[in-house]
Amino acid sequence: MKILVCISKTPDTTAKIAFTDNNTKFDPNGVQWIINPYDEWYSLVRTIELKEADASTVIHLVTVGGADTEPIIRKALALGGDEAVRVNADSSDSFYIASQIAEVAKQGAYDLIFTGKETIDYNGSSIGGMLAELLDMPYISYATKFELTGSKATVTREIEGGEEVNEVELPLVVSTQKGMAEARIPNMRGIMAARTKPLKVVEPVAADTLTAVAAFGLPPAKAGVKLVDAENAEELVRLLHEEAKAI
Amino acid sequence: MSVLIFIDTAEGHIKKSTLEVLSYGSKIAEQTGSAAEAVVLGSVKDDLTALGKYGVKKIHHAASDAFSHFDAQVYTKAIADVAIATGAKVIVFSNNINGKAIAPRLSARLKAGLVAGAVALPDISSSFTVKKNVFSGKAFANVTVNTDVKIISLSPNAYQVVTGEGTAEVVAANITAAPGKVTVTSTTKASGEIVLTEAEIVVSAGRGMKGPENWGMIEDLAKTLHAATACSRPVADAHWRPHNEHVGQTGFAIAPNLYIAIGISGAIQHLAGVNRSKVIVVINKDPEAPFFKAADYGIVGDAFEVVPKLNEAIKKLKGTT
Repeated sequence: MKILVCISKTPDTTAKIAFTDNNTKFDPNGVQWIINPYDEWYSLVRTIELKEADASTVIHLVTVGGADTEPIIRKALALGGDEAVRVNADSSDSFYIASQIAEVAKQGAYDLIFTGKETIDYNGSSIGGMLAELLDMPYISYATKFELTGSKATVTREIEGGEEVNEVELPLVVSTQKGMAEARIPNMRGIMAARTKPLKVVEPVAADTLTAVAAFGLPPAKAGVKLVDAENAEELVRLLHEEAKAI
Repeated sequence: MSVLIFIDTAEGHIKKSTLEVLSYGSKIAEQTGSAAEAVVLGSVKDDLTALGKYGVKKIHHAASDAFSHFDAQVYTKAIADVAIATGAKVIVFSNNINGKAIAPRLSARLKAGLVAGAVALPDISSSFTVKKNVFSGKAFANVTVNTDVKIISLSPNAYQVVTGEGTAEVVAANITAAPGKVTVTSTTKASGEIVLTEAEIVVSAGRGMKGPENWGMIEDLAKTLHAATACSRPVADAHWRPHNEHVGQTGFAIAPNLYIAIGISGAIQHLAGVNRSKVIVVINKDPEAPFFKAADYGIVGDAFEVVPKLNEAIKKLKGTT
């Protein structure tokens, strides 16, 4: 079983969001970078569990990004990947990113590809679906459970107001979310081992860029909270009805 | 040339989010001087012609049993076939669960640029630029689509449903379904309840409720408001409430018209899932709770006293006492 796990570098959840260059670029000043939480907590940890259940499983990690992505990919290796590939490119266009990962995936002939349900920066939720199409594989998104029986996957996915259990033969692309696995932290042995695990850097293949960010912006600041006395619930209801028109 | 809108169904019924995308897509058709058409896959129990009142003129219906369950690969190919046959220049989805599975596939298949999670109509004055939320609602981006065919998936609750007059012409879509690889073995659904991600009002509670036995007043308030119930992460993790109620960074991201947060401190991870709500009400006994900074209205007080009073006041407004 060969599994490819897509890893993205994102600003920490608590990072202050600001932009530079006339609001066309994210301002990395003072930002702490993390592995995109869905990639780490759900995709990567679930594949590590699969490897714990079947030691012959091979886990490869892939990321698309500059050299500054390497601490993130090393941390992912410390959690448990076997080796990693970094495609040396940077883009805000999902199709371009997906095309790069698809190329790595084709060369590695993977049985299974995991992505997080979305990244917490662009919130596109697009890479998994694009990869599946580029590789002509089935795609199950927003998966909350994943089990393997030989080459058959049983995947529980979220639907509006419930869940659906799918069965499908590998190869397969899955996007993961809460429920898949419990978050882990790397241990010292993992961190030491990660230093010597292979991290291959490859140059990007030619691919189209279908979209571009013209400008970023911040939402207008809230006017500030209007406090209502705890004894006066009627006043809150009046405000919600007459002023906010929310009820 | 046309705008093609995907009609998403569940058990043969048209989803609420579909009405939003029909209204949105029809407006784009008006903007661009083209026809609003739609595509629907699988058997449908609702009256499709009635969807004309949301602006759509023609609906391509592929009723084959091959579409009776959702398979992103099969759906994508079918929609691509209709899009090509109709010469669609803009294809619109809801950015809901199924939309998130199909729209990216279709984007790769047609090499058509995708804006996922749009929150406004495209600006077509000089280029084709669509506003979307980024950084979990902490910022937005205006994304320009550079391809001839454009795909937009619209965030639920971001565009007001517009109801007018008219009936839609329903035509059989002449497409053959590709054999699917995914089979569905079971479906569990909480029937009769309001779907959290589609709800206009959400009543949410946190650790301040002290225990699952105290949720009765939360459910009562939700019932009065016809609202969905939600909870914070610690509550879901402690199994006080099911995980499918968890909103926040790792749970659902929602954007209702009204979000009422009771006994939730408002950690940044929680806000990431709810900050697109139009109106936020916070009820918390701690005046220093960070959630008040993100709220429109607030009550500093004990939920156990405030919530029943609030429920009574709303009943009075609705005349149901």
